[in-house]
Amino acid sequence: MSIMIEARDVRFSFGQTPALRGASVAVEAGEILAVMGPSGSGKSTLLHCLAGILVPDSGEILLDGARIDTLPETGRSSLRRDRFGFVFQFGQLVPELTAVENVALPLLFSGVHRKQALPKASAWFARLGLDGLEQRRSGELSGGQAQRVALARGLVAEPQVLFADEPTGALDSLTGEQVMDLLVGAAREQGTTVILVTHEPRIAAYADREVMVRDGRVNAPDRIAS
Amino acid sequence: MSVPLTLLGLLEREPSHGYDLKRDYDAFFGRGKPLPFGQVYSTLSRLARDGKVVISDVAPGSGPDRKRYIITDVGATEVEQWLTQPVDPEPHLQTVLFAKVVLALMLDRPAAEYLDTQRRAHLHRMRELTEIKRAGGLVDALLADHGLYHLEADLRWIEMTSARLDALRKEVRP
Repeated sequence: MSIMIEARDVRFSFGQTPALRGASVAVEAGEILAVMGPSGSGKSTLLHCLAGILVPDSGEILLDGARIDTLPETGRSSLRRDRFGFVFQFGQLVPELTAVENVALPLLFSGVHRKQALPKASAWFARLGLDGLEQRRSGELSGGQAQRVALARGLVAEPQVLFADEPTGALDSLTGEQVMDLLVGAAREQGTTVILVTHEPRIAAYADREVMVRDGRVNAPDRIAS
Repeated sequence: MSVPLTLLGLLEREPSHGYDLKRDYDAFFGRGKPLPFGQVYSTLSRLARDGKVVISDVAPGSGPDRKRYIITDVGATEVEQWLTQPVDPEPHLQTVLFAKVVLALMLDRPAAEYLDTQRRAHLHRMRELTEIKRAGGLVDALLADHGLYHLEADLRWIEMTSARLDALRKEVRP
């Protein structure tokens, strides 16, 4: 299996406060990796560096073997649009748009015509148990429904890597697990690599493997044989 | 898992042969550890001796499978009491893990590494249970969830203990 995305000795500080102190991690294509760690350990910063949202102070980020941390903002922005998908703790849906328009956004941003984008976005509603909710706005959706819409938006453009930052953090246990079940099922079906930041072991248990981030470093354990 | 009480509970649904009881026990409660036939029949014999079940009829032929068991009032009362009484909350104050951590600190061994290893083992088991849950039905999910929540509680303890190792070291190695 080839490495899809990798951080090598990444350091990043917010002003004088170091968040990452030489973090390294490699994620295989199609792998679902849980990034765990206590609050403030640097796990979200690591995700933001891998996703090209933050540029490391030093170290390297590689996507499919090519450096991406050296790309200008426009290049990283294209990557985020065309090759990455995102799901955050709070769905962060655009309230003025309907649910189906929200899902279609990544396609529209990539230049897909609305006539093609909307049917493709609609197809995700049945897949994620959201039938009939296409025309609702975010205020008319429950937390679990909104997060499933956000998940559809994260996957609709068939990204190579899906970044999920505490995607169930705002949901109750049962709803959170339903969202994870759908996330894992859809990602496996598409062969999407997933980087899942969570501090909840039950959510991390949906991943293939976990790494712990502590004090800005990654403690990547050896795999335990099945 | 109390085999006698579980068999009694199954008998409260309807009179059954030993074979049916074993089949249902294995399907719902066995989870990879089937109940041996010998244990089914010896348990039923004890329940009959104690007046908790009676043999309702015996079909022609030979062998224990010919007997159909029916629960008595005594047996039904015992099932009722068992179901309504809470299970003793087990504080687990003297777990192996606790002993390992304290001993490791006393012996100046790498307690943090031991806890990391335990965390990995717990997460590995949680992944297995999650897979069982995803692949199985609701009964599987219910059982897997029970295991998952207990493992999660252990993991919280591991996290707290990891964060307190320095302070603990001072207490056990004055």
